[in-house]
Amino acid sequence: MATDIASPSASAAAKRPGSYDLPGALKESAITAGVAAVLAFPFLGLQANNDGPELVLLTRWELFFWAVAVVFVGRMLLTVFRWRSDARAKSAEGLKAFGAKFQRYNVWIGLAGAIFAFTLPMWPFADRYVVDIATTFLIYVMLGWGLNIVVGLAGLLDLGYVAFYAVGAYSYALLATMFDWSFWICLPLAGLFAATFGVILGFPVLRLRGDYLAIVTLGFGEIIRVVLINWYDVTNGPDGIGSIPRPTFFGYAFDRSPEEGTMAFHQLLGIDFDSMHRIIFLYFLILILALITNAFTLRVRKLPIGRGWEALREDEIACRSLGMNPTNTKLSAFAIGAMFGGFAGSFFATRQGFISPESFTFIESAIILAIVVLGGMGSQLGVVIAAFVLVIVPEWLREFAEYRMLLFGLAMVLIMVWRPRGLLSHRDPTVRLHPPGYVPRHGVEAQKVQAQEAELAAKAK
Amino acid sequence: MGNSRVAYFLQQLINGLTLGSIYGLIAIGYTMVYGIIGMINFAHGEIYMIGAFLSVITFLVLGTVGIDSVPFALLVMLVVGMVFTAAYGWTVERIAYRPLRGSFRLAPLISAIGMSIALQNYVQITQGARVKPLQPIISGGFTLYTGPDGFTVQLSFLQLFIWVLTIALMVAFTYVITQTSMGRQQRACEQDRKMAGLIGVNVDRTISLTFVLGAVLAAVAGLMVTLQYGVIDFYIGFLAGMKAFTAAVLGGIGSLPGAMLGGLLIGLIEAFWSAYFTIEYKDVATFGILVLVLIFRPTGLLGKPEIEKV
Repeated sequence: MATDIASPSASAAAKRPGSYDLPGALKESAITAGVAAVLAFPFLGLQANNDGPELVLLTRWELFFWAVAVVFVGRMLLTVFRWRSDARAKSAEGLKAFGAKFQRYNVWIGLAGAIFAFTLPMWPFADRYVVDIATTFLIYVMLGWGLNIVVGLAGLLDLGYVAFYAVGAYSYALLATMFDWSFWICLPLAGLFAATFGVILGFPVLRLRGDYLAIVTLGFGEIIRVVLINWYDVTNGPDGIGSIPRPTFFGYAFDRSPEEGTMAFHQLLGIDFDSMHRIIFLYFLILILALITNAFTLRVRKLPIGRGWEALREDEIACRSLGMNPTNTKLSAFAIGAMFGGFAGSFFATRQGFISPESFTFIESAIILAIVVLGGMGSQLGVVIAAFVLVIVPEWLREFAEYRMLLFGLAMVLIMVWRPRGLLSHRDPTVRLHPPGYVPRHGVEAQKVQAQEAELAAKAK
Repeated sequence: MGNSRVAYFLQQLINGLTLGSIYGLIAIGYTMVYGIIGMINFAHGEIYMIGAFLSVITFLVLGTVGIDSVPFALLVMLVVGMVFTAAYGWTVERIAYRPLRGSFRLAPLISAIGMSIALQNYVQITQGARVKPLQPIISGGFTLYTGPDGFTVQLSFLQLFIWVLTIALMVAFTYVITQTSMGRQQRACEQDRKMAGLIGVNVDRTISLTFVLGAVLAAVAGLMVTLQYGVIDFYIGFLAGMKAFTAAVLGGIGSLPGAMLGGLLIGLIEAFWSAYFTIEYKDVATFGILVLVLIFRPTGLLGKPEIEKV
């Protein structure tokens, strides 16, 4: 039974040139449905239901049979689909071509996206809800771009990125509430703290192999959360920190009636007060922060340090042989990634006005990592698209709130199986030995080309 | 006074060894999978959680059928839990990891994280988010020592049961790995998958089997945790999985006795830390140890150093 399921592609290849193999498909679907029945029986068929302090057993045979039937029909459809065309290969090819095309118009698409982003609050459909969601979306884009430096460029798997986000948010919240410092002083400090944490964590563990790094960062993310919950004197524990000051427009608050002796934003411009002003200001703030992250990444990739990250990702041994210091190079990527996480965190704190350890769970790290990896590692536009898929689409599916995370997890698996290198995985090499369109003029290669040309000419005759 | 301190220490030792047995059994699943395909099976903690739920559900079924013989009930819970959890382990490998074999390094790990999130929410939706309580099935125990101030050292029958079961499983498992042809194939794939395939070992089936074996041990761990603590929820897999992975690294990843040793050590550390320091920071202590081990002895206690080849 195991071997039959194990090689569906082989059996499909064998029967493709003929007619549709109905008995085979039926058998395959029956086996799949059988496995599904075994899996679903205790969890869908039965339920340990809480009844006061006791547990009672409920049965849900209808649900169980429907689930098995759906699996059977699904598998049947899959066999038909496979028979109709070698769909898998085709869609992968198509997407690859699409990715390559996308790559070519990268700059223009990015520019169009940026223009759209800057004009978004002026569009007629942009009400409070839309701008709010767009702000959330941009926080994730910024986090994705920040993590992309660590995972996409330097190839270090960081499962605890949310820790730096938390450090940034708490730094801002504590500095702003305790010392009354303004957002613009706290923001760089929050980034600095987050980067420091990155160095402290990274220094001992970056010498290790990738998988260990993953688990240590995961542990670090948990530690930060546990400390935030239990260090009551400073972090206020699970109750969180409230009444965090809102950012001001260079000292002009977004209040209807500002404090004595200060001016509010609407008074400065001489317009009527509108609560949308603050929301739009926050939107532009995160947009600019995100674009700074993006500009930094694009620029740094052309600098020696960025080249070093990418080289290290591809082949660490070669880098070491060339005299690079892998630990320092990785550490810089880790610290810079952490810094952008810290910036995003302090923006999050000022936007929410309230933070608690609840906001910094592992699932956030998983979402950010999923954005980076599903987008196609190292691709800046891919991050935007993946953030759209993972943040905006679930927002539309609010009615299915219960099933949201289930679908999220399954989507992660399916996208990985379908496109292991992410949605936009096509990427031109950063540096080429020969630029495109290069024709060798001398040397061995030139002789080869000449020989080929001579051969072609002879054939043409 | 001195006596009662010793008694307290002994009690923590007993508790720690019990907890350690549970971690050790989960850690073996991590270490085996890591040994054979070099990936962290992130969903393994969820497999253990599923094992725990299965034991609760089986217990309820037995209650409705009207069986009240404790040894028989335990046996049924054990077997049913093993069978169904094994099916889950097999399916997870089949769906999420096999298509990604030979793909780039991070892909299976991401897929594993997705699987872990999916399984957690699957159980939450199908079984409800509330904590599942279960009344004690095995009660009573030995009182090993009664101090002058009334402090007693107790070894409950349940703890004894957990120890005996762990030892029995370890013996059976060692036999399977070292003596049977299945175990030989497993070890062959661990050493060199390509070569094992060339000499006729069915690599895919061996890898599936590794997942099934890991899931079976995790199912037993799930049963144990249900019996010992009496409450489970859909979220227990995450932390337990992470600690078990720490145990596997501490013992030396890839080494089976190492995983058990690491599990016992983590259990002891957790018990003693909770007893003598702050219970809130016990998880921090565990991860602190993980970091220290990785810095000073990256191969773990019983692991072999890895040679990097170009």
